Amino acid sequence: MSAGVAPLLEAHDLIKHFPVGGGLAGGRRQVVRAVDGVSISVGRGETLALVGESGCGKTTLGRAVLRLHEPSAGTLRFAGENFLGLAGSALRAARQRMQMIFQDPQGSLNPRMIVGDIVAEPLDVHRLCPTRAQRRERVIELLGRVGLPPESFARHPHEFSGGQRQRIGIARALSAGPELVVADEPISALDVSIQAQIVNLLGDLQVERGLAYLFVSHDLRVVRYLAHRVAVMYLGRIVETGPTAQVYEWAAHPYTRALLSAVPRADPGTRRLRVILEGDPPSPITPPPGCAFHPRCPTYAKLADARCRTERPELAPAAASGHTVACHHPDG
Amino acid sequence: MLHGRRALVRQSRALAALLSVRDLVTTVRVGDADVAAVSGVSFELGAGRTLGLVGESGCGKSLTAMSLVRLLAAPRVRIAGGAVVFEGRDLTLLAERQLRRVRGRRIGMVFQEPSTACNPVMTAGDQVAEPLRVHAGLDRSAARARAVELLAEVGIPSPAERARAYPHELSGGMKQRVMIAMALACRPVLLIADEPTTALDVTVQAQILELLARLRRELGMALLLITHDLGVVAETCDDVAVMYAGRIVEAAPVSALFAAPRHPYTAGLLTALRTLEHGGVDGSESGGGARRRLREIPGAVPALGQAPAGCAFADRCPRAAADCRASTPPLAPLGTPDHLVRCFHPEPVA
Repeated sequence: MSAGVAPLLEAHDLIKHFPVGGGLAGGRRQVVRAVDGVSISVGRGETLALVGESGCGKTTLGRAVLRLHEPSAGTLRFAGENFLGLAGSALRAARQRMQMIFQDPQGSLNPRMIVGDIVAEPLDVHRLCPTRAQRRERVIELLGRVGLPPESFARHPHEFSGGQRQRIGIARALSAGPELVVADEPISALDVSIQAQIVNLLGDLQVERGLAYLFVSHDLRVVRYLAHRVAVMYLGRIVETGPTAQVYEWAAHPYTRALLSAVPRADPGTRRLRVILEGDPPSPITPPPGCAFHPRCPTYAKLADARCRTERPELAPAAASGHTVACHHPDG
Repeated sequence: MLHGRRALVRQSRALAALLSVRDLVTTVRVGDADVAAVSGVSFELGAGRTLGLVGESGCGKSLTAMSLVRLLAAPRVRIAGGAVVFEGRDLTLLAERQLRRVRGRRIGMVFQEPSTACNPVMTAGDQVAEPLRVHAGLDRSAARARAVELLAEVGIPSPAERARAYPHELSGGMKQRVMIAMALACRPVLLIADEPTTALDVTVQAQILELLARLRRELGMALLLITHDLGVVAETCDDVAVMYAGRIVEAAPVSALFAAPRHPYTAGLLTALRTLEHGGVDGSESGGGARRRLREIPGAVPALGQAPAGCAFADRCPRAAADCRASTPPLAPLGTPDHLVRCFHPEPVA
């Protein structure tokens, strides 16, 4: 992001906790700290990827910035406005400028609706097309842009392949002319040969329309390709963030390094140092004290620094590369 | 005479290989027709070797694996032809009772979803002990003790304690370890693993792949790994067979296939994957930076029974010519005897 231009989306210290237990079923009332104090910003035309393993809070964060999950605390600014303070028609107006693409194009398209009505839904909600003819023309143009023929208008989702259904989902997300698109694992459910088509389409649309993407994904290969910046999450917090190429080349957090080294490479010849983590991510209900990663951390296993289990590291610039990392012993 | 000699050669090759699959055809009932979802698959797997069977959903890779051990939803899905010779016996000809002694004892199996493959009302220890009691004839306490050893072997911490846990008390990675312990309980010579890490997180996937590699080394077992991920194949397998629309389109040692893929389908998948790995946007610039486009394979995988005549990939292939639509190319050696390609117009070697 160039200096002086305010980002399109800015979240500061965002928190989303879900209560669990209690109620009729009994049990102790507990809190899942799904997103536990996260600050991010996304500039116009920029892609920020949220990566991490299941349960790290990336999906919840993606939904919280759209207020699909109402944040428990923190601030959220969209295009300079206090987005959390909006209600009624002002909220609707802001919502027109943000859309979402889902992982499962099967589950996110109403099977009883024809494709034309699915794509036109945001147009209808925001009353953007005064006449039927304009609405139809606009939808057919969108379908064409995502690579679907005009006949698709009157057909139902089940008549399309998985890749085509994702194209329908993208056309719907674009129809109201958003500036920010939150894409939650948009290609994870697709076949490998189809993934490249959708990745290229998302890339082209971004350049064409200056879209900002908040790209939620566990697929580190796609993130490397598509994202300008990346934020690595672990148990509800960002542990490392910066320009994608820098984070991938100079990962400073032991978790990022383990995550990247775990991705299988299509290069059978090359031997490389692989960090295999022990155990599974702990529960976000009872995160470990200090650095949440310390029970699995190879650096902690080596150094056994008491600080790691008592004091939570804050995000700070990593010495070598300039991107930020939350670790007491980066590069350790 | 010539025919006799050819049969002899075939036989000796089959003896050398632990598993020899020949012209396997498995059909699926669609409406009132039987459609071949696996149409003429042949491959061999030597003792202690690892073969990756790779392809996209619906290519027939899982169905091929399930056909080997005849875990098919009969009568809708059935083997319509071919042979599966394992340790000198054709499994397609065995009675169910005989086959049951092969499954679990000589051939172990691991599936994609450990949550659904686990029995939810049995403890981890009892699940691992079950094949020991059924196949190895161990009594209850001996089987339990051995189960704890097996749980330790697959890297489960405090195995005696975990043996008493029910599946819902275990993480996905732990459940998959229990499934592997169960598959290995009777020391099979062949392990069939169908997308064993697809449902797992990437760091847990790395753990499980490492575990499978170690066990294979230590136990000298052969591994048939079914996966959609070429990266997993590159890191785990000795040999690879790429499937498309029910047929093997390319098969080779892993190093040869990744160095020079010859089928346009393999080449397309591999090029896209490598562009992803090397990153698409210039890291220093934000927004609108020049982006190398991924190599796309146009269109989609044909639905079952909808593959075009001739080469099933022709409609999506940049190299297709008229002959590709006229007849199905044979799977034939190209360059070296162990690099097989089913294509009339293979990619040149770069």
